[in-house]
Amino acid sequence: MTKERDYETRLPEKLAKEIRRILPSSASKKKISEIAGEVYREYKDMKVEPGEAVGIVAAESIGEPGTQMTLNTFHFAGVTEMNVTLGLPRIIEILDGRRLITTPTMEIYLKKEYNDKEKVRGVALSIKEAHLSEVTSEFSINIPEAKIEVKLDRGKMGELKISESVLLKALKRVGKTISVDIKDDLLIFKIKKGKEEKGISEVYRIKEKLKATHISGVKGIPHVLPVKKEREYIILTAGSNLKKVLELKEVDATRAVTNDIFEIESTLGIEAARQAIINEVFKVIENQGLNIDIRHIMLVADTMCVNGRVKGITRYGVVRDKASTLARASFETPINHIFDASLKGEVDNLNSVIENVMLNQPVPIGTGLPGLVTKVRDA
Amino acid sequence: MTDVYLTGRFVGTITNPVEFLTRIVEERRKGVISSNVNVHYDEELDELHVENGKGRLRRPLIVVRDGRPMFSEGVMKKVEEGQVSWEELVNTGVVEYLDAAEEESTLVAFSEEYLTPEHTHLEMAPFDMFGLCTSLVPYSNFSAAQKVNTGSKNQKQALGFYAANFMVRMDMDVSLIYTPQRPIVRTIMHKLSNYDKHPSGQNIVVAVMSYRGYNMDDATVLNKGSIDFGFGRSSYYRPAIAEELRYSGGLIDEICIPDKEVKGYKSEHDYRFLEGDGIIFPEAKVAEGDVVIGKTSPPRFLSSMEQYNLAAESRRESSVAMRHGESGIIDLVIITENGEGNKLIQVKVRDQRCPEIGDKFTSRHGQKGVVGLIVPKADMPFTASGIVPDLIFSPHSVPTRMTIAHLIELIGGKVGALAGRYIDGTAFDAEPEEAVRQELLALGFRDNGVETMYNGVSGEQFKVGIFIGNMYYLKLKHMVANKLHSRARGPVQLLTRQPTEGRAKEGGLRLGEMEKDTFVAHGAALLLKERFDSDKTRIPVCEECGLVAVYDEFKKRAYCPICGDNAEINFIEIPYAFKLILDEFKSMCIYPKLVLKNKY
Ligand SMILES: [Zn+2]
Repeated sequence: MTKERDYETRLPEKLAKEIRRILPSSASKKKISEIAGEVYREYKDMKVEPGEAVGIVAAESIGEPGTQMTLNTFHFAGVTEMNVTLGLPRIIEILDGRRLITTPTMEIYLKKEYNDKEKVRGVALSIKEAHLSEVTSEFSINIPEAKIEVKLDRGKMGELKISESVLLKALKRVGKTISVDIKDDLLIFKIKKGKEEKGISEVYRIKEKLKATHISGVKGIPHVLPVKKEREYIILTAGSNLKKVLELKEVDATRAVTNDIFEIESTLGIEAARQAIINEVFKVIENQGLNIDIRHIMLVADTMCVNGRVKGITRYGVVRDKASTLARASFETPINHIFDASLKGEVDNLNSVIENVMLNQPVPIGTGLPGLVTKVRDA
Repeated sequence: MTDVYLTGRFVGTITNPVEFLTRIVEERRKGVISSNVNVHYDEELDELHVENGKGRLRRPLIVVRDGRPMFSEGVMKKVEEGQVSWEELVNTGVVEYLDAAEEESTLVAFSEEYLTPEHTHLEMAPFDMFGLCTSLVPYSNFSAAQKVNTGSKNQKQALGFYAANFMVRMDMDVSLIYTPQRPIVRTIMHKLSNYDKHPSGQNIVVAVMSYRGYNMDDATVLNKGSIDFGFGRSSYYRPAIAEELRYSGGLIDEICIPDKEVKGYKSEHDYRFLEGDGIIFPEAKVAEGDVVIGKTSPPRFLSSMEQYNLAAESRRESSVAMRHGESGIIDLVIITENGEGNKLIQVKVRDQRCPEIGDKFTSRHGQKGVVGLIVPKADMPFTASGIVPDLIFSPHSVPTRMTIAHLIELIGGKVGALAGRYIDGTAFDAEPEEAVRQELLALGFRDNGVETMYNGVSGEQFKVGIFIGNMYYLKLKHMVANKLHSRARGPVQLLTRQPTEGRAKEGGLRLGEMEKDTFVAHGAALLLKERFDSDKTRIPVCEECGLVAVYDEFKKRAYCPICGDNAEINFIEIPYAFKLILDEFKSMCIYPKLVLKNKY
């Protein structure tokens, strides 16, 4: 037996360690090897056999309980007040590989030194994004002088811990044509006159732009909610921006998560995205009180991530990558696939299941997979 | 300022909506404004809607003033004496009709004892909250709402006495039950709807117990003796209709015994019941395939050559025959003319249907089930007094569905049958269960409806008491005789050469996409191949161009119309549907080239 094939005869490291952990140290060597042998037999039984139709079994195993899932369960998950899409819509969202999900949320864990009630509130407020309109009370336009006067709401500013200097720094980024001044409780924006006169609409446009100017916090996170989870304080958010949140010094970057799979893919890579798909799908299934073996979900996640980028189970995603023209045509918009294939002169080698069903040949799975080889003795 | 809308259209504004609303209501109660008008003030939107259009759901309620109903003792007396009509009650403001919107602004008392000065209306009767069909469910206030609902729906599917002139009607797909009975346990709606004139069920003895597992999962066990006595026996009627259609060019269908030369002639045997006019005679016993009305039609396409041929040669057979799987007795033959002056033949076929395994029966409480076993009377359990149940109902059907009314009706029916009277089971207003039980005790039975019973097969006494009583049971129109179907081989579709679908066309049962997946999931590759062999074909393929070649039956050799006689041609075995898709590709100007390879 070569070293490479060790996996066929030996227990995986994780199982071996578990046996050692569970058994008392007084166990005799004979007993241990006996138990290990029994575990190995069980392990072998659990392994997938060659020719097993894992894909269809996974599809059926997810699809059948899926019919029992309550449609559209928008509800408040546990103690939190965050509204999260759950149930079938969420599963569809994940498996379709939608880039824009309906309710992006984050679960932000903090480093130990920030883990108390007051500090969590402070961190949460610093994460929540604030626009200029939130810390002001009145906008007025002075057209002849091309001026916009904004009244500041000092109370709000104090609440959100935004100082004048932070405000001014953020507003300087708006544009070169605008100068900012602060006089008591009044912000004065002067629009520098260029070669041509600025009309009312132009001033109005600038006013709207100012209103939406990002002042503080993390972009894309309009709501935050500090909650206590077990012994820790964590921050739940509506909206997600993993990259920026991980950069914050208070955040425990090893544990902060988002439910936006594409954000995870772009920040942490494809392996993390695959794990995120598994976690998110499993979370929904668990929430519905269903019981699906995680290996089925892992297979789906593998299929979605196998090419290095997250692809949905749609005709634009994994189905487009199928090698067989007939297999692609059997799943939605057959005419387009046939036309495309004929333009390229594709050849279908009839290697997978569905093409062989179409031609009524034995499908290369189960009993249809093995061929019988025999040595013919020379006469 | 309040916006005023008249049947959804803006008509103006008013300043005091409450005063405006009260005035309309007062005038309506006085009979000045039509009683059809309803008015509703939406405070949140500050809109006042006056409705007088069609199609609103409305119901009558007794008007209440200062906590006292307008329908007073005095009015009641007048109504009893027949001095006051319903219209007068409505026009004098004793009763008024409310629609859904106006009901929003009212407080309706359930019954007189709940009245307070705040109440604006009083329910005419508590059961008034139900519709006609739902009111037919006795003791419905004891059951879960959803079961009352299904109970009322099931009654609509029950076989009964649907019309007194059924003998001359040509209804499609109807049944008549042979000995319908009035229910012993009835509600006031049975009286109001004249239910006695068109009953749709029978009072039978029901025992709540299990019987060798044949009544599990909502199945019921029937007594063969009861069936022989006529329980659940019905007639099924289906008409066969033929018309002498006229076509262009003076051609016409002909009702007659088809000539042997006619295209599509069946066989002499099939036409054996037809009389000289081509129509079957009443009381003939027909079976599947027998012709009921003989008819020939002119040819579909008249080519120029065929016109000179004998007419009979090109006429085609278009008789009306008994459908696949159906049989019966000819009940009625009607020969008339239709609106266009064409000769019209209508033949009604009657088929007696005795209850059989698979027929659906139900009580009035949403407890439907199919017959799982028919037991000879001798083998049925019996009580000490010799009563044998007609039907055995599974006790497991009750706890999860909470159809308490089903159990109460059983006791009520027992008392009614023993005392020889009807029991009132009107919702909220029924004879009290306790009183019924006491009456049962007085009649010499245990007040809980339980009796000692004996095993009909062994004669042994059952160790537990069996809950047994009388109930009103309905036979539903879903009968196995109309649904039973199987096929080993049979007709195929012209286009795909796959088996036809549906019972009427002697079709197969489709092994669909998801069923296919289960074969694949089990790895049963060759079984799957065998199941999908129904449209197997052998076609010649040209090795050179990869297209379907031609086989010349006369010369016994295949050739390719493109590459000629010398091309190498081999036969392959594929489903005809795949050959069809290759043809479709060609019609899309796509060249599907088959590359053949030896598999072994
Ligand atoms: Zn050729």
